[in-house]
Amino acid sequence: MSVTSVEPKSTPAPTGSRLDLAGVSRWYGNVVAVNDISMSLGPGVTGLLGPNGAGKTTLLHMMAGFLAPSRGAVTLDGAPTWRNPEVYRRLGLVSEREAVHTFLTAYEFVLASARLHRLPDPTEAARRAIALVELEGAQSRRIGTYSKGMRQRARVAAALVHDPQVLLLDEPFNGMDPRQRLHMMDLLHRLGGAGRTILFSSHILEEVEQLSGTVQVMVAGRLAASGDFRTIRRLMTNRPHVFAIRSTDDRALAVALMAEPSVAGVELGQAGLTVRVSDYGAFTRALPKIAPARGIRVRQLVPEDESLESVFSYLVEA
Amino acid sequence: MSTVSWITARGLLGRRRFLLLFPLPVLLVLLAVLSRVLGVDPSEWGPSVLVGLGLAVVLPVIALIVGTGVLGAEIDDGTVVHILTKPLPRWQIVLPKLAVAAGVTAVTVAVPLYVAGVLASSVRVGLALAAAASIGALAYCALFLALSLVTRRPVLLGLVYVLIWEGLLGNFVSGTKVLSIQQYVIALADRFAPTELLATDVSVPVAAVMSTLIAVGFTALAVDRLRSFSVAGETS
Repeated sequence: MSVTSVEPKSTPAPTGSRLDLAGVSRWYGNVVAVNDISMSLGPGVTGLLGPNGAGKTTLLHMMAGFLAPSRGAVTLDGAPTWRNPEVYRRLGLVSEREAVHTFLTAYEFVLASARLHRLPDPTEAARRAIALVELEGAQSRRIGTYSKGMRQRARVAAALVHDPQVLLLDEPFNGMDPRQRLHMMDLLHRLGGAGRTILFSSHILEEVEQLSGTVQVMVAGRLAASGDFRTIRRLMTNRPHVFAIRSTDDRALAVALMAEPSVAGVELGQAGLTVRVSDYGAFTRALPKIAPARGIRVRQLVPEDESLESVFSYLVEA
Repeated sequence: MSTVSWITARGLLGRRRFLLLFPLPVLLVLLAVLSRVLGVDPSEWGPSVLVGLGLAVVLPVIALIVGTGVLGAEIDDGTVVHILTKPLPRWQIVLPKLAVAAGVTAVTVAVPLYVAGVLASSVRVGLALAAAASIGALAYCALFLALSLVTRRPVLLGLVYVLIWEGLLGNFVSGTKVLSIQQYVIALADRFAPTELLATDVSVPVAAVMSTLIAVGFTALAVDRLRSFSVAGETS
């Protein structure tokens, strides 16, 4: 597979477009889905990371003009996105919901998008967009016969047909196999490199890590962290960890572990040990040496707070 | 044909739901043919078949299926986002969809009504029924299309309007007839071809003005609602 053979159309506007959020909140009755978020997105790829239910989709819908902010404003190059269809000349959206006109072929579908955009040469634009997502081979088959990943690519092609300055994607990698994922990442990367403003949401750390340098982390409706991915990643790995350990001799193991600098505290309970660790890497390297040296067999080692929610909530406190 | 109407027509005619449109018109024609073959006097079967079935059931039900389908089906399955993420003024989405809905409804209903009208009385009555039903199709479709943007349950609400308001209340509370598309259609058909078979209390001017108001008003409402269309707020 040659992923570099098709290049996005060269950028005429060197500055690119900016999507700005100023104090944006959205609530449903008493439930606050998005809480006072401000950010400014410029050219390049940005990841919107957060656990499920953090409000990522709500935020994306407000960015794309499909939801009115309860408070605050979303603007694309100064123009509001809500009740303003004109923004779609510069904005493309790939929603999470796998909604496609299954009775159309991919070519018809993308061509219809090009026509709805009133592009001067819709056939050429459709051909180019389909080539961009490498769907030429299947373009005359009905979308109903496609796999999930292919449908996703058809949707991306439709969203890219007018060569938008800003592309928003909601969980674009869901349901894709590794090869498709790699291809999509490469495509987004190239678009970002060509000066497009790309924002994609994800609840998977690794996806964001591989694709974007800049990341916005959302937890429970709030913007928890924002900036360079490596800094945030370091915060995440260096945070205190808690492990539940069961072994052949919990008390002896507790004594041995207390001598370790990486261990911050040990609690001996009915169900085994609860160990608080200050240095994740050092502890996980030390444990396999300590236990056998004392003739203790570790039966169970369970990280207690590895859920994404706890990782993220740590970031909120940090 | 605009791209919006092209997609709408393909979506409407390409779904299995389209088959729902055929039984009622077929039933209408069958009953008319049967009555005619058996030699029943038209004054006995005419009102019940032409009005009771044709105008009171076939027309609104077909309009309900089609009118809530042209936009409602796309809202339900989420494909509406594809049309909405285009720099089109929203009336350029609503009007083509309304045109397709009214057109499909008019053809589906006018043809059997014409046949039944001819069998019951004359070609003139048949044509009058077909013409009045086409006007009714436009008014009903505008109403149901707007409903599909105002509520998540347009079919249910539409049925309540057709069955309870027009069907039931119209018989007991004569005042409700002034707000009944069915009565406008009867009045207009009776005006195009005066016949004993059609009877209503609503005057022709009221029928004409109200039909126009409903068609224009609900279309304007639909355009405005689509302008503020919000994607359902569930986060996943």
